[in-house]
Amino acid sequence: MAEFLLRRVAISMVTLFVITVIVFTGVRMIPGDPARVMAGTDADEAGLAEVRQKYGLNDPIAVQYVRWLGLAVRGDLGESIRTRESVVLTVRRKLPITLQLACFAILIAVGIAIPVGILSAFRRNTLWDYVANGLSLCGLSVPSFWLGIMLILFFSVRLGWLPASGFVPLFEDPLGNLQRMAMPALVLGTALAAVLMRQTRNSMIEVLSADYIRTAYSKGLAARAVIFRHAFRNGLIPVVTILGLQMGALMSGAVVTEQIFVVPGFGRLIVEAVFTRDYPLVQGVVLLTASAYVLINLLVDISYSVLDPRIRVTR
Amino acid sequence: MSTRPAATADAWTLADPVAVATRGGRAWRRLVRRPPAVAGAIVVLVFTVIALGAPWLARTDPLRTDWAKIRKPPTSANPFGTDDLGRDVFARVVWGSRVSMQAGVCAVLLAIAVGVPVGLVAGYYRGSLDQLVMRFTDAWLSFPFLILAIGLVTILGPSLTNATIAIGLGATPTYIRLTRGLVLATNAQEYVQGARAMGAGDTRVMLRHIVPNIFSALLVQATVSIPGAIIAEAILSFLGLGVQPPTPSWGTMLNTAQQFLESAPWMAWWPGLAIFSLTLSFNLAGDGLRDLLDPKDY
Repeated sequence: MAEFLLRRVAISMVTLFVITVIVFTGVRMIPGDPARVMAGTDADEAGLAEVRQKYGLNDPIAVQYVRWLGLAVRGDLGESIRTRESVVLTVRRKLPITLQLACFAILIAVGIAIPVGILSAFRRNTLWDYVANGLSLCGLSVPSFWLGIMLILFFSVRLGWLPASGFVPLFEDPLGNLQRMAMPALVLGTALAAVLMRQTRNSMIEVLSADYIRTAYSKGLAARAVIFRHAFRNGLIPVVTILGLQMGALMSGAVVTEQIFVVPGFGRLIVEAVFTRDYPLVQGVVLLTASAYVLINLLVDISYSVLDPRIRVTR
Repeated sequence: MSTRPAATADAWTLADPVAVATRGGRAWRRLVRRPPAVAGAIVVLVFTVIALGAPWLARTDPLRTDWAKIRKPPTSANPFGTDDLGRDVFARVVWGSRVSMQAGVCAVLLAIAVGVPVGLVAGYYRGSLDQLVMRFTDAWLSFPFLILAIGLVTILGPSLTNATIAIGLGATPTYIRLTRGLVLATNAQEYVQGARAMGAGDTRVMLRHIVPNIFSALLVQATVSIPGAIIAEAILSFLGLGVQPPTPSWGTMLNTAQQFLESAPWMAWWPGLAIFSLTLSFNLAGDGLRDLLDPKDY
């Protein structure tokens, strides 16, 4: 176990290192003076000189990378060109909104996908299974932003039930928050639900054909006991992994969803940063997102190995 | 007329699918048992025809503005209505299929062109080169797809070509990993070892013995990635990072439509429905293809 953990952590560290190199060189590939890129077009000579000095832009590129990495590790990702606020603070302000959205989306997705997937596996090749599969394929194929627009068209424009856009903090106005989060969370949760449902169904089918399930049935156990005590636990392990792997898709989805429903979160931040050519902010957000993703996957892998000891041996 | 045995066999299978136990016959039987896959393939074909025949299908110019026809609901002259500049939505949806198909297919081709050779070499030679490639791939995969595409478009500048490159590069690591895994599995097969024992060189083993055997899995992956690439292009264009106006693209059309949801909802219906039906069909066809090439009892 210790060896597995060490190996897995070492691989993650290497991945993180490569990510920092990619992000660092990515910003250097933007045409023009790097000082101008980092300080913004309206920065004066003093501002440019400050940036040059802080990042040592006259030093060799390797030295510059080490200096930049040193600052990044200490939580200094530079400051936004537009607001002059530190990138880390900006992210810290925006992130909770996106996290709330993501949590709701995951709840919706898990709430739909797991029961439907299990039922589909049990009633394989019945009408229920076909309908569920069809819906899941639709969920995979529907472009989230179009689904969002259609929901606004129906629930806001036609029925007037939900506000089309905007955001109020959860603790200020819980009901208003839920009303405004319902549609974005549904949109974000749909694609996830589709992926999870397929995975649940397939892995349950695999588990249900295992010998120990037949044994459980032949012992005379009721179907309910077989499902919950035997099949459920093993069948859901791959689902947990997929859920972890889907975090990246969830972050991508949040970018689009927040754009449609004007939710002032992390995803909207990055689009605004791109449009205002706020390179330090883009750089910081991309670096943080990728690092978070690596950490999530590390945690998923570790939890996976705890749930299923065979993983530790075979890898 | 020359005799074409393959075509004859197909025609015969069509006439009596059960009688012939040829490979094509088995494939055909498996396919007809899956009407959704056939329907998906047909719709993809229809969209291809629409994309290729756009100049003949859309008789009105998709860029021509008409101030007398601003945001008019569907009529016989403009079956999908008109947009905020009085342009024909039908013509724009038809021309938009070109952008979407082009972006989707080109992005996936780029991913294959880069990913397959790299995965092939990494999986075949193993060792430190493989380790290096895999760590880079892991890092590349750690960027959420859209965030990576946004980052690349920021560096390259927004345009259809750059969006396609960004999507293609975003999909590349998937192909590196898939190819590498397939090569590792194929490399251990006896026929590959046999070929090597008979003195075949590395290039020959890779191109003659490994590639043909991993081709079908790559084909399935390509069919599955094209709808993803189409949606990604639409998203980038929707965000203003892909196709630039006035070029008609489904993503940019939806971006504009969002501003007029109350007064002109039809502007949002058609481009979205087009993306949805095209991606759904690709997915249906891809599922069918997977069943055909890799029959697993799901």
